[in-house]
Amino acid sequence: MAAIGTRVLSVLLFLSLSNLASSLYEDQVGLMDWHQKYIGKVKHAVFHTQKAGRKRVVVSTEQNVIASLDLRHGDIYWRHVLGADDAIDGIDIALGKYVITLSSGGSILRAWNLPDGQLVWESILKGSSPSKIMLIVPTSFRVDRENLIFAFAGGCLHAVSSIDGEIIWRKDFAAKSLEVQQVIQAPAEETVRVLGYVESSQFHAYEINPRKGDEIKHVNVDFPGGLSADTVLVSDDVLVALDATRSVLLTILFQDGEINFRKTQILSLVDDSHGVVEILPCKLADMFALKTNKFLVLAKVMDGGVVELVEKIKEAAALSDAVSLSESQQAIALARHENQKLHIIVKPVHDWNIDLLKETIKIDNQRGLVHKVFINNYVRTDRSYGFRALIVMEDHSLLLIQQGEIVWCREDGLASVIDVTTSELPVEKDGVSVSKVEQSLFEWLKGHILKLKGTLMLASPEDVAAIQNMRLKSSEKSKMTRDHNGFRKLLIVLTGSGKVFALHTGDGRIVWSLLVQSLRKSEKCDYPTGLRIYPWQVPHHHAMDENPSVLVVGRCGPSDDAPGLLSFIDAYKGEELDSLVPIHSIVQVIPLPFTDSTEQRLHLLVDANQRAHLYPRSPKALTIFHSEISNIYWYSVEADNGIIRGHVSKGSCSHDEDEYCFDPKDLWSVVLPAESEKIVASETHKINEVVHTQAKAIADQDVMYKYISKNLLFLATTAPKGSGEIGSATPEESWLVVYLIDTITGRILHRMTHQGSQAPVHAVFSENWVVYHYFNLRAHRYEMSVVEIYDQSRADNKDVLKLVVGKHNLTSPVSSYSRPEVTAKSQSYFFTHSVKAITVTSTAKGITSKQLLIGTIGDQVLALDKRYLDPRRTVNPTQAEKEEGMIPLTDSLPIIPQSYVTHALKVEGLRGIVTVPAKLESTTLVFTYGVDLFFTRLAPSRTYDSLTEDFSYALLLITIAALIVAIFVTWIWSERKDLQEKWR
Amino acid sequence: MAPIARSLPALSAGFFFLILTVGAAVVSSGPADGFTINGRVRIPGAGAFGLPGKISDAKVTLNGGKRITFLRPDGYFSFHNISAGTHLIEVAAIGYFFSPVRVDVSARNPGKVQAALTENRRVLNELVLEPLREEQYYEIREPFSIMSLVKSPMGLMVGFMLIVVFLMPKLVENMDPEEMRRAQEEMRSQGVPSLSNLLPGAARSN
Repeated sequence: MAAIGTRVLSVLLFLSLSNLASSLYEDQVGLMDWHQKYIGKVKHAVFHTQKAGRKRVVVSTEQNVIASLDLRHGDIYWRHVLGADDAIDGIDIALGKYVITLSSGGSILRAWNLPDGQLVWESILKGSSPSKIMLIVPTSFRVDRENLIFAFAGGCLHAVSSIDGEIIWRKDFAAKSLEVQQVIQAPAEETVRVLGYVESSQFHAYEINPRKGDEIKHVNVDFPGGLSADTVLVSDDVLVALDATRSVLLTILFQDGEINFRKTQILSLVDDSHGVVEILPCKLADMFALKTNKFLVLAKVMDGGVVELVEKIKEAAALSDAVSLSESQQAIALARHENQKLHIIVKPVHDWNIDLLKETIKIDNQRGLVHKVFINNYVRTDRSYGFRALIVMEDHSLLLIQQGEIVWCREDGLASVIDVTTSELPVEKDGVSVSKVEQSLFEWLKGHILKLKGTLMLASPEDVAAIQNMRLKSSEKSKMTRDHNGFRKLLIVLTGSGKVFALHTGDGRIVWSLLVQSLRKSEKCDYPTGLRIYPWQVPHHHAMDENPSVLVVGRCGPSDDAPGLLSFIDAYKGEELDSLVPIHSIVQVIPLPFTDSTEQRLHLLVDANQRAHLYPRSPKALTIFHSEISNIYWYSVEADNGIIRGHVSKGSCSHDEDEYCFDPKDLWSVVLPAESEKIVASETHKINEVVHTQAKAIADQDVMYKYISKNLLFLATTAPKGSGEIGSATPEESWLVVYLIDTITGRILHRMTHQGSQAPVHAVFSENWVVYHYFNLRAHRYEMSVVEIYDQSRADNKDVLKLVVGKHNLTSPVSSYSRPEVTAKSQSYFFTHSVKAITVTSTAKGITSKQLLIGTIGDQVLALDKRYLDPRRTVNPTQAEKEEGMIPLTDSLPIIPQSYVTHALKVEGLRGIVTVPAKLESTTLVFTYGVDLFFTRLAPSRTYDSLTEDFSYALLLITIAALIVAIFVTWIWSERKDLQEKWR
Repeated sequence: MAPIARSLPALSAGFFFLILTVGAAVVSSGPADGFTINGRVRIPGAGAFGLPGKISDAKVTLNGGKRITFLRPDGYFSFHNISAGTHLIEVAAIGYFFSPVRVDVSARNPGKVQAALTENRRVLNELVLEPLREEQYYEIREPFSIMSLVKSPMGLMVGFMLIVVFLMPKLVENMDPEEMRRAQEEMRSQGVPSLSNLLPGAARSN
């Protein structure tokens, strides 16, 4: 019997093994997942509306994306995400068919095919010294002229053929110690002009033959007062500059080979100017814009260089570049705010009193101020000019405004997600109308019959479309209430623009969005940035009626010791409840496992001096904290110095009156030798991780005890040479050392060296294991290693009798103070791809087996079963081990295409993966962010605790009906037969 | 700046795989500028220089994401300013599985390049790399078959019922009546409800 039992078991195991990959049918796409494409905050935009066909706008963004957008709907025609170091400096359209981009600090010039985004050519520009970067694409190519584009970068001017990217000539200006300010290619003239300074006191103008690059003319003038680098080109022969003191405006005229200049005191333009004056880099045609700390000043340059004030604008406003309507007429758009309304005014340059267009648009307050305006004109049917304005708002959203209406709007703030947390939805209230259910009963039945047709492969193409549509529109999944399975949640994301969005997990729609006031630039806080987002108040039990809230932690500036800021946001209403700006610096946030009477979670914020500050600042929280103070430890990793320190709170701050501040006491420190080890990665457990069982049953009815301590730190160091990019070190001069450190005592539990390996290291820590990914220089392949730690002191607890009698130490408390007897097992495997992010699935109770989620270099997410990373794998597992589900050892980890969580989609610019447990034990929710967003639901061991989505209820009903019918038929038969028997 | 050698593998029409040609193109042009690696991804069968739409989204990555470049219409790509040493090139194209390529750029004898697939350590002396496989991200739905319906729990239910309804009475009928009675008595004495008792037709058949 036992043999049969084990055989059955092994068959079952084999079945479960064959289903390691959680795969998807093509028609299930969009059923549990959603994918949103973004581009990021637009830096430059070029319209392409000349031809009658598709109207489009080509944009480049701060996330290094170039994209061609449909001007009618805002959809993406095509898009390319360039590398992280490949920032786009300039963008333009050449020949009406190529998009030209200059990127990587002016060193890469690329041309893309406008209709489909195919790279046409790529040229490398070699500069000699850093300089301003300019891309000049002549607007009108004449037939007789070579189609040259000019790129100025690295102190050199390059003339590049726009057809094949060949560099025709190159002229080095840095060698002449010329700081080039402007390069002009006047459409009317045959020459290219290069204007610049030598030693900030001499103004030089060169005229260059565009065909050959030889110098035609060179003139220079001395400026004893000195010049600042702020210049703007007003027209083809007038340059406006600021002098070194930034109090005098210089209008420099360079006509007919002569340079004339004229000085204008800024005070004479703006009588009460204070602070630093800046020239805005807008090309305004005969005008320029100055920015003082109070005003935006528009001024016009008249004949002879006379500067005349045009307008002073007090409100926040943005200006577009000039757009030419005809040969002589040019227009500028001005967007200004006035109590929650946005005015868009288009004026001709030559006469500021006329408004070509004046539109007032009510704009969502959560979009903040206008940051950029781009305009484009078209000729209406009545021959008048119409304008469309593309607006970039403070929250990075992109809006197209035409005829006084917002035509479309893209929420591109979501391209810069920094951190994510989740919140439960409100509990469903009573009073759901019954009539609605009855009405939809027929629909429900119809839907299921359609589904049945689908499973029986009898459905026509229209039916298939209807099924797909029905599945996607399923109102169940996008309801605004909590569900039994915990699939519906709010994803609360903090973005780089300082805006917080709440996304519904069902369909990814934005439930609310909030431009956090304390994350906006203010006098108290110059450059606020968001850092992290935490659940602050999660009401259950006694505070059920209150809304949950989240805590946003930020910083006023880029450095660690910049003042911090806190903001508390209602997770249902999307309102800022409270904010603290500015406070002490924040380097670490430790959510404590205690909550006060209103279910607010206690948080410890550690500042740059390692002092801990307790939040919420309430006496009750303080009482709770004081009673637990001896159990609260934290550690700090100083990656630059190679020191890890453990801290404990000593008591209230000595120098401060603040009773919520606690002084640190150093408990231990680990100092790594700086010449041989540099910290490249550190990783700990997720705070909210649940571990189901401490014991692990292995083959032969044996048990191993996992060493589960929340206070373990994984640390990876490499030789200083090996911390750079791949290819910079040889196998002999690089090694990787990994440590497992107990953060209470500072004890190193495990240390291992991988010779000939190097950074980058990505690690994930869960239960009693760490998995890390690094580069093996000897094999020249990536490797993944697993380390599992087992507790030896409990290893004897195997005797059932002992357990019954109570002679075991299972109930003895686990303490970090006692010296643990641990053993570590480790194994390494090759892995094909580079990795961008790595995480592990998490479920509600931790029973379900785990999968690693690996964000690969191709911006896909691969699910890899943890069983592949089991240090006990052997080449020939024994029968017992096979029954346990052990996979025979292979040297590399398998990449099964069906186990890509993102299936045929890409999460462009992938940066992070977040997993959240659903209430259903088998299921975990996965949210992946980068430039794109992707959400899906995963069941690492398949959905063993519920019916799948495509379970056919109709088939079940039909079966039951068939059985009932069969019962009656057989009953009638038997009756009849009975009768016949009796007549016989 | 022209590559020294660009090897063009013979076109095989109808062969629908990508072929990556890493051009033996390491050009030395002064120590400050470094070296250049030129390579090529090509699809035979898709026209002379045509690339289907999804390949225009293909990316070529150097050294784990430090640099990214795209494919030109003829499938060529290049990395400039490369230092001498061993580098790793990865091709990411949805629908295809590429092995990373190890490229050795030698400072001593410029122009010499060594490339090898890291997955199977195949040395590319002809500098031709085939994608190891096409990737199919979805499970293929099995076409409808009676067997799949029968195998489902509902199918088993119906099947069992059919057996009981049609086959069992036949079996019972074929039995010898004497034997049947004996068996029934035996069962009754054991107190086990017999199947024929449950089936009204069969129970009264004799």
